[in-house]
Amino acid sequence: MTAINKIANGLSELQKNDNITYPFDIQPIPGDVDILKITLEDIEELPVYVSASDDQILCISYLFKEDEISNDIDHSLHDIMLKMNIPMPLSSFSKIGEQYVIFGALSINSSIEDIAHEIEILSENTLEAIETLQDYLK
Amino acid sequence: MGLFNKMLTAIRGGAREVGETIVDANGIRIFEQEINDAENELEKGKRDLTAVVAKEMEAKRNIANLNDEIAKHEKYAKDALAQQNEELALEVAQKISELTIQLETQVKAEESFKKHAAKLKDLIKSTQKSLANMRRQLVMVKTTESVHKATTAITSNYASSNSKLLSAKESLDRIQKRQQDLDDRLAAGSELFDEFEGNDLEDKLRDAGIVENDNSAQDILDKLRSNKEG
Repeated sequence: MTAINKIANGLSELQKNDNITYPFDIQPIPGDVDILKITLEDIEELPVYVSASDDQILCISYLFKEDEISNDIDHSLHDIMLKMNIPMPLSSFSKIGEQYVIFGALSINSSIEDIAHEIEILSENTLEAIETLQDYLK
Repeated sequence: MGLFNKMLTAIRGGAREVGETIVDANGIRIFEQEINDAENELEKGKRDLTAVVAKEMEAKRNIANLNDEIAKHEKYAKDALAQQNEELALEVAQKISELTIQLETQVKAEESFKKHAAKLKDLIKSTQKSLANMRRQLVMVKTTESVHKATTAITSNYASSNSKLLSAKESLDRIQKRQQDLDDRLAAGSELFDEFEGNDLEDKLRDAGIVENDNSAQDILDKLRSNKEG
């Protein structure tokens, strides 16, 4: 079983547990690299994508594109993002091509609870980050 | 060129098209082979070092033994001279001369083994360092590659799942509106609940002064005051 299948099964198992409720919707996206698209209740617009390589599990959420940024001639958006990077729990900002993203990386040996926690926090951070940075967006 | 620069060049180079890869699989295989070779080299170096250190120790032992032998024979020579046995003394002196030559050889050998061991240690250290560096680089290359593939898939999924691709702000607005709706529903629900429980009427009566609220802070204070006076 591939790492990503294990994660998908683990997360589904976790949801069955009555004590903990992770309102995840898990949808596998097959491809060159297997990916899980995870949407949390009430924030379906901002899904978390999970992929696994030999060494790490990567959780990525999309923020905004370069062309969505307005009035940032002095690059203070980047300044704020860099300053937010450390205080922001578990997640960091990055950029893939023209897409600004927020991500968290875990060891491939992380427990399923750790992964679920990571996804929840990343999802919260995504919403929080867009809220905080919305003045810079068109 | 450093790895970070290589990565940056590859990313900037626009290897972003679907199916395009930043590092070809062949390149990764060659790199893995290099790591394999370095690992073998390291193992060989460690074995060599063990052998050299063993030889160094042997030379040390030989030196100690030869020194003992020389001291012993010097005593013999003195004894022979004391007995005025020149012939025997000369024979012993010849033996000492042989032993001294052997000692010099062993001292030189020990010195050279020591230097050799130090060189091997340096070599092992630097191989370990570059091996760690290569392993780190391989992880990075592989990660970059898998992230690239993953983001390609994510992007196409993201684009197709939102029939009209939402901007971050549109997403935020929708989420916030939904949360507001939920808050409204919750508030409405609690209003209904109050009404159902009859709290609403009581509140209205209380507001109208028909039903007295005998638990207000003022009431309690009044009560306390009247108790004191009474």
